[in-house]
Amino acid sequence: MSGIVALYIFMLAAFTGYEIIAKVPVILHTPLMSGSNFVHGIVLVGAMVALGNADTTLAKVIGFIGVFMAAGNAAGGYVVTERMLEMFKSSGAKRKSGGH
Amino acid sequence: MSGYLTNPEARTWIIQASYFVTAFLFIMGLKRMSSPVTARSGIVWAGAGMLVATLFTFLYPGMGNYEWILPAIILGTALAWISGKRVAMTDMPQMIALYNGFGGGAAAAIAAVELYKGEAMSHTMGTLAVVGGLIGSVSFSGSLVAFGKLQGLIKRSFRFGGQQFVNIIVILATAVVGVFIITGWHADMFHVSLFFVLALVFGVMMTLPIGGADMPVVISMYNAFTGLAVAFEGFVMQNAAMIIAGTVVGSAGTLLTQLMARAMNRSLGNVLFSGFGDTGAAAASGPVTGSMKPIEASDVGVMMAFAQKVIIVPGYGMAVAQAQHKVWELCQLLIDRGVMVKFAIHPVAGRMPGHMNVLLAEAGVPYDLIADLDEINAEFETADVALIIGANDVVNPTARNDKSSPIYGMPILNADKAKNVIVIKRGQGTGFSGIENALFYLDNTRMLYGDGQAAAGQLIQAVKSV
Repeated sequence: MSGIVALYIFMLAAFTGYEIIAKVPVILHTPLMSGSNFVHGIVLVGAMVALGNADTTLAKVIGFIGVFMAAGNAAGGYVVTERMLEMFKSSGAKRKSGGH
Repeated sequence: MSGYLTNPEARTWIIQASYFVTAFLFIMGLKRMSSPVTARSGIVWAGAGMLVATLFTFLYPGMGNYEWILPAIILGTALAWISGKRVAMTDMPQMIALYNGFGGGAAAAIAAVELYKGEAMSHTMGTLAVVGGLIGSVSFSGSLVAFGKLQGLIKRSFRFGGQQFVNIIVILATAVVGVFIITGWHADMFHVSLFFVLALVFGVMMTLPIGGADMPVVISMYNAFTGLAVAFEGFVMQNAAMIIAGTVVGSAGTLLTQLMARAMNRSLGNVLFSGFGDTGAAAASGPVTGSMKPIEASDVGVMMAFAQKVIIVPGYGMAVAQAQHKVWELCQLLIDRGVMVKFAIHPVAGRMPGHMNVLLAEAGVPYDLIADLDEINAEFETADVALIIGANDVVNPTARNDKSSPIYGMPILNADKAKNVIVIKRGQGTGFSGIENALFYLDNTRMLYGDGQAAAGQLIQAVKSV
């Protein structure tokens, strides 16, 4: 991946992130923050590669901590977001599912 | 098939294709999460993306150390999964802070692994690794402090004279050491270690003076930081999935932080460098005339049962008292009697924008009964009863007309415009900001003293017996 292509990706991704959030209602701010918190858990793949290529003990220990924390970011972010979003049901959907 | 998997070029191609799918799933997932109707499926899309990227990364040519990688993944996933399932809804904000800090720490760890190698990097790569490491470290230690504050582990805000000057010295020193490393002049183990220690210290020092009420904005900011750090390390690792996902979160998180700060009528600079948002920081403003007038639950029950329209204004106090289920039970009784019931949510009700909606949703309140500030404010004039439970500063009319008040200019819910205002309150104290609430002294306001849950229970009985 050449430098300039990477720069294009950076710019387009930045606009994408901005556009996704721009029209979001306030009620979804917390779940969305939690959801984006999950998405940067992708750092896991970078940490895996870093640890997978580590050859000194120091690099392995730091890599281990990195993979551990990244996995925690991804898993924790998913569970918390899923639990929050689970509650967003309209009154129509709730009646259908037999709830209140 | 096995031929494909042993050929490094084919493997790299398969990995790149899987990252492309992941980027697509992430963006679609976030897009779906930005509307209440599709939000629940959004996280599943994003989750599928994460799973695809993680599984295909094992195909990376030349990977080893699986005896380290697998335990780290299993341990991290298991601990976070269990803690995430167990945490109470009221404590969600600090868990987000904790997981976010982990992400920042992981980005910093990648930078550390690369920089400790001591191999010559191009200045561009070196800069990206160092800046990503700095942002990731600040996000890590800062998020842990934010977690500690919201969890109640760190009780006070640490402030001293010239604090901002010291902070500037620390960040400058970090930058100088960073430049040593990038230029390769002092890229040895000592300087790399010093760099990370300074960055971690800066994250702590920057977050400690900020008050608990402002933490949501700070957590959102660190969320954007982590995204950016991940993107920078993605450049270093030549990993498109990290660049795209990290950048999307970085820009989305920045916008979200601004929206949150704006909802509190504060600028981000004001949140970071002023220090209001801490209990007791604000002095009581001008004298309030009149007196608080108490009322009995039975009278409130009659008032609400025969009302046409009731607006509930919940605050964090309601959630702490675990009263939301009782409040919703009360509302259902009223709705069955033909009363129109709505919930008015201030943007900063709860501990984060949208947090109160989550807490109400947990109690079973359908989201179409919940209105935000812009939608509901005109409706208070036609409401027979505004029931304030656990909210204080967000309904204080002082914010509209008293320029000397620290909350002057903050948008508030116009509960004072309702025909009758009922305030459920434990005692006669002031709110989170320590400011006297003029609403409590108005002629159309009555105080129902008691614990939120008990008071809601009494109201249920009162309405039932009408």
